[in-house]
Amino acid sequence: MIKEIEILIIGAGPAGLSAALSASSLGAKVLLCERDELPGGQLVKQTHKFFGSEKQHAGTRGFHIGKMLLDSANSDPNIEIWTDTTVLGIYPDGVITCEHDGRHCKIKPQRTIIATGAAEKFLTFPGNDLPGIYGAGAVQTLMNVGGIKPAERVLMVGAGNIGLIVSYQLKQADVEVAAVIEATPRIGGYLVHASKIRRAGIPIKTCYTILEAYGTDKLEGAKIAKIDANWQPIAGTEEDVKCDVICLAVGLTPLSELCWQAGCKMAFVRELSGHVPYVDSNLETSVPGLYCAGDVGGIEEASAAMVEGRLAGFSAAGSLGYGEGTAAAKQEEARAELTALRSGPMGEKIRLGQQKVAEMGSVK
Amino acid sequence: MLINDGVPTKEDLEKVFPSEERMAKGPVSVIECFQKIPCNPCVKACPRGAIDIGCDINNVPSLDDAKCNGCGICILRCPGLAIFVVDKSCSKEFAIVKIPFEYIPLPEKGQLACGLDREGKELGWFEVTQVISGGGTNMTHAIALKVPQELAMEVRNIKVGGYK
Amino acid sequence: MRIENHPILNFERGEKVTFFYNGKEIEGYTNETIVDALHAAGIRKLGTSPELHRPRGLFCAIGNCSSCFMTVDGQANMRVCVIKCREGMKVEEQHGRGVVRYD
Repeated sequence: MIKEIEILIIGAGPAGLSAALSASSLGAKVLLCERDELPGGQLVKQTHKFFGSEKQHAGTRGFHIGKMLLDSANSDPNIEIWTDTTVLGIYPDGVITCEHDGRHCKIKPQRTIIATGAAEKFLTFPGNDLPGIYGAGAVQTLMNVGGIKPAERVLMVGAGNIGLIVSYQLKQADVEVAAVIEATPRIGGYLVHASKIRRAGIPIKTCYTILEAYGTDKLEGAKIAKIDANWQPIAGTEEDVKCDVICLAVGLTPLSELCWQAGCKMAFVRELSGHVPYVDSNLETSVPGLYCAGDVGGIEEASAAMVEGRLAGFSAAGSLGYGEGTAAAKQEEARAELTALRSGPMGEKIRLGQQKVAEMGSVK
Repeated sequence: MLINDGVPTKEDLEKVFPSEERMAKGPVSVIECFQKIPCNPCVKACPRGAIDIGCDINNVPSLDDAKCNGCGICILRCPGLAIFVVDKSCSKEFAIVKIPFEYIPLPEKGQLACGLDREGKELGWFEVTQVISGGGTNMTHAIALKVPQELAMEVRNIKVGGYK
Repeated sequence: MRIENHPILNFERGEKVTFFYNGKEIEGYTNETIVDALHAAGIRKLGTSPELHRPRGLFCAIGNCSSCFMTVDGQANMRVCVIKCREGMKVEEQHGRGVVRYD
């Protein structure tokens, strides 16, 4: 049996949930497929208050935003949610297969929005496979979803927003953070997050790298050192850090496998942190009827993912004839919000990346 | 420097500190937000319209300290926990500093808490004069501390637990 | 260790269950993943790698990577970071690739 649906959304994180709500608000029928048992994506573990403006729920804690979006989706008769559902393949005839309820299912959507998010990057150093070397997001999951004290003493690698935020959250869970180390000379995350953890006594060491991790059956500590302008360790600056967990917060990369499979025009864009599909101003890929929203199209803040989701939802529903006369204005409003979010110095990288994506469009 | 260690410099701080004259008149917000990021809840938080960021959401906030009465709502609403309230009007020796706080245990009014500076260094034990809850889903608290006047612009956190 | 008090979060752990890790009794809760319960009991090593036989732990905790593969109730390659604890389940360290059962 083939399940027919107007719009299929793959991934029920901030982008996918927002896409479902906006498409449904125009009248479209939506099926939302989520790999996890609980929709919400990474919002469910974000205990901090979000930035941005009121339209992106600024000032509200991430997990509360997740719950709000999910409650709205659950009570929306146009939206069906399949959890514990992994999408497996996108076929040339438009059929999409998934594992749902322990069965292999086929879906035939008229439009598809891929909102699969991102995966955490890894880092190469001797001993990096020891138990206790975790993605920073994994530690967040253990701690904020599972309610488990993840460690006694943590070394955080990476001073982007995730590294800074997770360090703060560790401190809130009464876990000691030995230091945040960062290979570049600058803190990449928001400086208010950095100041917040400094006030709590957590050192931030820029121009530092991890030389090795050690331990027998599990992590016992790490050697770190200062690096020079050529990224080489400076002799005599080595330090030993006793820790039972190392958090790798060295960036995310788009989970764009389904875009590859669908035959989307793809390119590696460094500024967007990996291989991303070409999308137009409606977030439609080079495959007609297939849209992308959120981190799968380039790594950015969750606030932007929500607005992208909204844009893709309006675009997909609008293309089916829903919201005649209103869809275009709603799309424009979402685009304006994205432009505002990305217009500052913190948006420079994403602006550069998007320029490269736009250039992809002109290449045959 | 702020960009490589997360600690604002004296120069950074001088730009946002209200004048001594203003602080001597009564409580006033100190917005230690130095980086252009897309964020604006502080603007809406202020019931007196004292905080402005202009038309670009990426601008850093500016405070009209004539309009600000130091009510402290912004402390609880700033997602970056970057706003404090300082009151140097209460006595010649002491000032009241209000800081945002999201840890447990909370101190109680009347207890002594160990004050920390912007690098987490201990500055001494200070009396907690008020514990204000953001309530509901806000969950941030503001802790008011009685500190010597000369430390009013230094104390920015307290050590979690061990209150006396 | 479990977090008893948190400034922002409340944890609804569900019902207490007992399961077996390498034959040893471990306590968990129905809303916890196997990895949560093992971690709470101080267990970080979940198996060994196929070729160099090095110890393996979790990495992503959201069912994305394959670092946490264990054998659960006789079935190999189970992602224990996304499987909830059940009463009496048998969880074993997996050494190498494991054998997939087709019954």
